[in-house]
This record gives sequence, C-alpha cells and structure tokens, in this order.
Amino acid sequence: MLHVAIATRAFRRYSTYRAATLAGIFTNSVFGIIYSYAYLALWDANPTAGGYDAQDAVTYVWLGQALLMTIALWGGGTTDDLAERIRTGDVAIDLYRPVGLVGWYLASDLGRAAYHLLTRGFGPTLIGVLVFHIALPSSVVNAFAFAVSLVLAVVVSFAIRFLVASTAFWLLDQSGVKVMSGAFAIFFSGMMLPLVLFPGWLGTVANVLPWASYVQVPADIWLGKHTGSGLLTALGFQVFWAVVLLATCQGVLRLATRKVVVQGG
Amino acid sequence: MSTDADRHDPTQAGALIEVQDLERTFDVRRRVEGRRRRSREQVVAVHDLTFSVRPGEMVGYIGPNGAGKSTTIKMLTGILVPTGGRVQVAGLDPSRNRVELTRRIGVVFGQRSTLWWDLPLIDSFELLQRMYRIPPARYRENLDRFIEILDLGDQLDTPVRQLSLGQRMRGDITAALLHDPEVLYLDEPTIGLDVVSKGRLREFLRSLNAERNTTLMLTTHDLQDIEALCERVIVIDHGTSVYDGSLAGLHAQGGSTRTLVVDLVDEAPPIDVPGAEVRRVEGPRQWLSFPSDASAAPIVAAVASAYDVADLSIQEPDIEDVIRDLYSRGAQA
Repeated sequence: MLHVAIATRAFRRYSTYRAATLAGIFTNSVFGIIYSYAYLALWDANPTAGGYDAQDAVTYVWLGQALLMTIALWGGGTTDDLAERIRTGDVAIDLYRPVGLVGWYLASDLGRAAYHLLTRGFGPTLIGVLVFHIALPSSVVNAFAFAVSLVLAVVVSFAIRFLVASTAFWLLDQSGVKVMSGAFAIFFSGMMLPLVLFPGWLGTVANVLPWASYVQVPADIWLGKHTGSGLLTALGFQVFWAVVLLATCQGVLRLATRKVVVQGG
Repeated sequence: MSTDADRHDPTQAGALIEVQDLERTFDVRRRVEGRRRRSREQVVAVHDLTFSVRPGEMVGYIGPNGAGKSTTIKMLTGILVPTGGRVQVAGLDPSRNRVELTRRIGVVFGQRSTLWWDLPLIDSFELLQRMYRIPPARYRENLDRFIEILDLGDQLDTPVRQLSLGQRMRGDITAALLHDPEVLYLDEPTIGLDVVSKGRLREFLRSLNAERNTTLMLTTHDLQDIEALCERVIVIDHGTSVYDGSLAGLHAQGGSTRTLVVDLVDEAPPIDVPGAEVRRVEGPRQWLSFPSDASAAPIVAAVASAYDVADLSIQEPDIEDVIRDLYSRGAQA
C-alpha cells in the first residue's frame, strides 16, 4: 500500500526532531496552565457559561493544547512542503508521477498527525489529567467517536492548508495567505475561546464554518455533549466539510495543473 | 489499445519518439513604458520542430540557453501541451496520457531531485517501487544492479539532504530507472559533477544503452557528454532544429577545420603553403587552418620543405567551435 508507506515515512521523518518535540510539549503545557487559571477565573464568575462547568472548561483547555499541533492549527505540516515545491518548481516532478497529489500529501499529513498526537497530544493531556484532573470520555462509544472526530479534524485542517499552499501556484508564495488563514483558524476553531461562548449570530456562524471541526466538535464529543443522533450529526458535520474541501482541493489542483501544463511556467 | 497507434504513419513505423511540426508559443505580458496597461506579446519558444528517435538511440539535444530545449522536453513528458503540431512517445500522446506515459519513461533533472529530501535514500526507492508497482523481484534485481554499478551501497541509509551532489545524482538516476523505462530523458545530468563522477556516469549510461537498449535523450551544455555518448546530435536554436545528424557530420556541416600548429626555429612572416591559411602568428609559432576532410600530409610536407621547423602538432576541430559557428549562422539567417 503506497499511501500507508507514505504515512509511515512521514511519521518517521517527524520523529527525528526529538528536542523540538520535547520543547513543544513544554510550551503547550505552560500555555495550558495559563489558560486553565484564566478559564477557572471566568467560570468562577459564571459557573455555567456556555453550558460548560469548570471541569469541562479546563478539560477544553488541555484538549486544545493537545490538538494544536496534531491538526496543525497554525498551518504548516506537510502542506508547507507542497508550497515550497510549488515555489521552486519541483512540483513539476510531482505532477508526472502516477499518483494523485492530494492523496499523497494527505497520507503524508496523517503520518505527521499520528506522530504529533502521540507526543504533542498525549504529553499535555497527561499533564492535564495529573495536575488539573481533567474529564475523560465517559464511555467507549465516546472515546471511539472522539478518535473518528480527531481524524476528521486533521482531514479538514489538511484540506484548508492544502488550499492555502495551492495559492502559491498563482502567488508564488503562500506566506501571506497562511498568516491570514491561521488567524481565522485560531479564532473560529474555538482555540482562543470555546465557540459555545460566542454570542448570538457570531456563535451561529462560527459553529457552521469548517474551523469548528478543528477543536470545538472533537472537544464536545470528548466531553459527552453530543449523544445519540447528536453524535452522528456532529461527525456528519465534519464529514461534510472534509468532502467539500477535499473536492475543492482536487478542483483547484486541476486548475493549477492546467495553468502549468497549458500556460507553461 | 489506443486508436492513435492504429493511425500511426507507416513510414515512421518503429519510431519511439515522434515530433512533427511541433510548436509552442507563450503569452507574455510586458510592461510598456509610458503606458498604463501591460501589452500582451506572443513569444515563440518552439516552432516547425520535426524529428523522430528510434528505440535504442542515444541522442544529444543541444542548443544555447533559451533555444527551446526544456520546452521540448516538457512537451515530450506531457507536462506542457503543445500549441501546434504533433508529439508521440511510445505511441502515446504525452499530454493526454501523461500518467500512463510516466510508467514508460524516466526523467532526470540535473538541477532538481525526484528524491525525498528528508528520507534515507532507500526509502525513496521503496516509495517508487510502490508508486510504479514494480514487481518485487524485478525491483530487487534492478536496485542491486544500480547500487553496485553506481556505488551507492554505503549511502542507502543516509538522508538525501546529506548526500553529495554526485551521490544525489546517482540516486536520482537509479530512481528514474527502477521501473525499466523505455526512454530516459536526462537534463544536464553531469552539471556540477567532478571529472571522475562525470566519467563514471557516462560509462554507466553507455552500458545501460548497450544492455537494455534504453533510448537516451540528453540535453547538456557539456559537449564532452555528447562526444562520449551520442552518435546523433540534434541542435536546436531559436526554437527549431538547425542540425540533425551524426556527430561527425556536425563537424563537416560546420565547415570545421583542423589546425596545424607550427613552431619555427626563427620568427618568420606568415607561412604561405597551398591548402592552408595562417590564422595566428605569435613569435616563432604559427597556427594554420585547413579543412577537416583534407589530408594533413601534403601541408606538413610543404611546410617542412620550405621552412626550418622545430616542431609540429595537429589540433582536431573542437565541437564547441562548430556549434558556436552553427548558432551564429542561425542568428544571421
């Protein structure tokens, strides 16, 4: 299986940077502690804000820290390689391989995400459990649903990052778009503040945008906020965005290929 | 099978690469001074290009910068669509059957790598095996052979980014050949390599051609590559072929000359003998040129009988001069 081979190699590749991994876990934990106390103060003032209790809020903080690198919220991951290959023109080589680019980079990014989950994900979660006694999934079903939701979160985030990287076909450089997209992701994923706290129409809009798949949906599944058909709706929401965005990736790639192939460059 | 193959021109039967009246133009927007809008301009990169290559040929494809070499190679590999004319490689239309064609051709770019930068060399090979679905036995056999000849055994576990340029190039060539391509395109394969590495690479390419009948098409600035490998040369300039034939014929075509270097005992006025003319005089040394196809013997005899000669030597024509000559004539035309 080619794509499994691609994923394992991406996993191995990221695992060579051990010191960076440890430094990253440390950073996530420091931020986790800071956010935890800020949220505790907030929930002390309003113990039922957004339908969360204080333990939910702190759990949400640590899940966010654990997901940050796994879903590559800031952008980056293997799609940065793609942007670089577009900039240098090496992408021409990728284009005449008998394999689709989207599947290739997705497999690679899933391998990366697996590595980041095992390190940057489990590390902060463990500290959250030990120091802040965060909530754990209440049932096997919830835990399993969370795992599925996590994979979907990576796929949605990958698709958005792939689209950002593809802008390099036209702009030569993705960095401007990447910064902008990162800002949207931090705000609308619920990373900065849970989307359940967003008021009125802003909350409504934020909850249907693809970024809600990043942190808010997996966290709510972990916390057991979705049950029964609600659970399926939540996962369906992520599947919807994953499919729509991956299809867009294919379309954009076809346009870009046409541009390169027909117009030269 | 593809219907294109059925419509194949019978007179061209047996050709592996066929290019007919190929044309490629680019729209370029250019800023014109004093005007707000940029004007559109058409640049012709390739036009009226026709040639065909038989299986097992080793063809040198040469030309100055901007002559249209890369544009041609891109059209042959299918990553660029021609704006006119026809291309067929192994019976396929490259831009329409790009993916199918990739399984039958190999491409090596001197300045770009097809290997994965962060991975050990062997990992790139293993990914390619899966990508091209190379049967395991065949893969093992090819890999063992290329590793041995190209001396890559010690580098297999080294990440590509840590390889030297020569090692990387050998890795790239292995990568391009694992799936037994019928055609191998090499774009500047020896660029940046030292003399020993260049020699080894040329030796390898020669044996590949001899043993597997792999067709080679080579673009290069290094004319020694051509002299070492190619019996046939296509010279392209301003987007069209200005010469297509044997290397020997290129010398004749260029009206190339051999040079007789004469060291006289004393300085003398320019030597006057029939069949040769003096090109340069430097103290007692004089350079006489005469046509490549003429015999040197009568000229040497004439010089020796009329002058006091200390030493004599003959310089063979330099292919670079021949090509420079072709280019300059093309520019005048």
